[in-house]
Amino acid sequence: MAFKEYRLGSAMVGGALGLSMIITIFMPSFDLRSAVSTKMALEKQLSAGFDIGFGYADPLLLGINRPLTVVLDADPKTGAKFDPPVTAYIYKPGVPMPPNIRHPHDLGKGVQDLSEGLGQIGSVSGSNHRVGTREGVVFTVGLGEFDGEELSYIENASATRGWTPDATLAAAGDKNTFKISQGKTEFVVQGCWWCHTLLPEQTQDWQVFGAPPYLGDFNGENPTAFGSDRKAPDLLHVGSRNSSREWMLLHFFNPRLVQVNSIMPRFDYLWGEKDAQGNVIDYDKWRVEYLDYANGKRVYPPEVPDYAPDSEIRALIDWVLSLK
Amino acid sequence: MLLKYLTGKNEDIPAGSSAIFFGFSAIFWFVVGTGLGSFNAAKLAFPDFVTGTELFAFGHMRQVHVLAVIVGWISMAFAMTMMYMTPALGNTKLWSEKLGLWTGMMWNIGLSTALFTLWIGITSGREYSDFAWPLDLVILLGVIAPLCINVIMTIAHRRTQGIYITNWFFGSCTFMVGIVLLVGNSPEYFHLTGLSEAYLTWWNAHNLLGLWITPVAAAIAYYTVPKLTGNPLYSHRIGHMHFWSIIVFYSTPASHHIMSSPIPEWLKSFASVEGVLILIPAVAFVANILLTMKGKWTLFVENIETKFTMTGVLLAIPLNMQGGFQQTRSINWYIHGTGWIVAHAHLALLGMSTFLEIAAVYFGLQQMLKRKVYSLALANIHYWFVLIGFCIYWISMTIAGLIQGAGKIYEVPYIDVVIAEHPYMIARWVGGTMVFTGNLVWLFNMWMTARVGTLVPEGRYAHELAYDR
Ligand code: HEC
Repeated sequence: MAFKEYRLGSAMVGGALGLSMIITIFMPSFDLRSAVSTKMALEKQLSAGFDIGFGYADPLLLGINRPLTVVLDADPKTGAKFDPPVTAYIYKPGVPMPPNIRHPHDLGKGVQDLSEGLGQIGSVSGSNHRVGTREGVVFTVGLGEFDGEELSYIENASATRGWTPDATLAAAGDKNTFKISQGKTEFVVQGCWWCHTLLPEQTQDWQVFGAPPYLGDFNGENPTAFGSDRKAPDLLHVGSRNSSREWMLLHFFNPRLVQVNSIMPRFDYLWGEKDAQGNVIDYDKWRVEYLDYANGKRVYPPEVPDYAPDSEIRALIDWVLSLK
Repeated sequence: MLLKYLTGKNEDIPAGSSAIFFGFSAIFWFVVGTGLGSFNAAKLAFPDFVTGTELFAFGHMRQVHVLAVIVGWISMAFAMTMMYMTPALGNTKLWSEKLGLWTGMMWNIGLSTALFTLWIGITSGREYSDFAWPLDLVILLGVIAPLCINVIMTIAHRRTQGIYITNWFFGSCTFMVGIVLLVGNSPEYFHLTGLSEAYLTWWNAHNLLGLWITPVAAAIAYYTVPKLTGNPLYSHRIGHMHFWSIIVFYSTPASHHIMSSPIPEWLKSFASVEGVLILIPAVAFVANILLTMKGKWTLFVENIETKFTMTGVLLAIPLNMQGGFQQTRSINWYIHGTGWIVAHAHLALLGMSTFLEIAAVYFGLQQMLKRKVYSLALANIHYWFVLIGFCIYWISMTIAGLIQGAGKIYEVPYIDVVIAEHPYMIARWVGGTMVFTGNLVWLFNMWMTARVGTLVPEGRYAHELAYDR
């Protein structure tokens, strides 16, 4: 039964597939690995943390075990004032490290050297980066010079400035704390990316949606969630176009409050059960009143409730407004 | 009965059991998948339709529709055809019916679990490989691997000298899709990040289409058309040209899906050229089948399986013309990310591929059940509902895509684009609902066939018998 041409044929299938994989995966990997992280990439990586998708630390994608982003007016240790304010990224104990702490090579030439040298990222304690460290770490983005070029790098502020997660969090206060990582999780889980893209296109898009990203803008991001089917505005720079928290609040509760023709779904369920004052939100009543308003029986729409500090919508808006 | 077979001896299981099991599972998932599609389309047309619950939000349902039709309907229909065509072409029995039934069981259980977790929001956030990676592994090891083993062992135990072109496709595609899933999901296993992750996501998506859906669908037609018409395949050589050029040209242009991202320019140019070269296998396939039909075109009207098959083949013409050229830079910048692409994707999966599979499932189920299809009238209703529904969908989404493209380059305020698209969103929902309705009719028709369809005498083919109703 064994005909030689079938052996040959099978070998050729394997060979052809192998060759195709060499060209389409192995060869581009050199270009992709040579990408040097930009400031945007470092900020995205530090604020988002380890994989946003399914993982051990947050298997149900509830937004737990995620880093927090804070804006500091003063040094949490010395109390010295900062002008302009400094953004810090807090990884509490048990929060997985951002991917490039484990793989500094992926930061790219220069950024890696600065992060390991000035930034002391090699001193992050605890060996398993996926389950986080025992004491927690605070990172910031530093600016340094490498080979005559100005580059941003990751700084382990716990090592360089002695900042602890708790002290930093206390110094910032809840008002200046942003749950950007949890917000990106919401973006993935709620399927915003089936309508919105995160990729202004190189050919047009410049004027309205802002500059298309560069090669180094994505290092350390997972998933990139570009989106492929754009039914709505690109969001990569939405925070620069519209930074109003109040507008976002109305728009997410019911997009038709601010844009009657919008096809965006209502995300009122992200408010949870209680509002900022701890009162139970009566969604049914709200919908009835809204219908009256939509049918012209009321002059004003019902009030949109304020969200509670631990609600999902807060995290989502924190993330949207961080997209500068 | 299923339980008895699953635990019984392989020899005791009647030939064709796995094909029947896969066939009905596939139809079931088709009904589920298109039902979800219709539901989602309603939400895009009327955003306040079913609102306020997290689980029924558009963002929770959209990917469930996509994966239910790809992994449930299309891939299970493929497995179904493999279960009966591979042995028939080797003049032998399926290597293991028991393994086949187990694969079907694992498939249904694995897919239900995966879709459920996806629905409640447990995802990798990577399009077309949305399942969390442990479930990707379950599908790879519990479903694709046993299917591949069964197909390849059946080919190895054939009692014919040559291997017919269909089996070349079946054997190599089941193997290649395993490799694609393994490599394509590596960002999840190894936590790759950044553009490498983005690129591999689209490498995976592209090759699922290129090395699984498109070639296997074509391979099915290489079997059904000669069988139904009684004509030999016009040219086995052209078939081989199709086979080899698919592997060489279709496996390389993955990056044309992210043409507007900052991946290396050489890679984009390379992908673009290779993408046009896909026209070679495409033309080879269509020409080969059309020439095989010589003298038998009356069957296109008289015989329901031929009707479906040839519609699929004819739809392959616009599909490949779009596919070859829309990914070149000169066209892609205009239509990238618009409804045009959605229309094209449905032309591939709901047009060409689905029509070929429906025919093969009709043919195979009748053959394995040894019963003539219950009702020609219902089958015709099925055909016209799916065809008209699909056409409405395709045309409306193409127009919507062109509007979006114009809006994009002239930088029209986005909301004006949304308003302009609204009528087409309603049309899309009407089309999708027609497809769904047609499939319900089909499920009923096949169920009745299994129960009361006229028995086909030993040694005859179902399509040789006259229709009863
Ligand atoms: C069904 C598609 C759809 C989904 C899903 C969707 N949106 Fe939208 N979104 C739109 C449309 C259409 C617009 C433009 C009209 C408007 O302003 O409402 C929009 C507008 C926006 C804007 C304002 C953009 C600008 O340029 O000012 C933001 C911000 C936004 N969406 C965020 C989100 C987030 C976050 C999610 C997920 C929780 C989401 N959207 C889910 C369709 C969608």
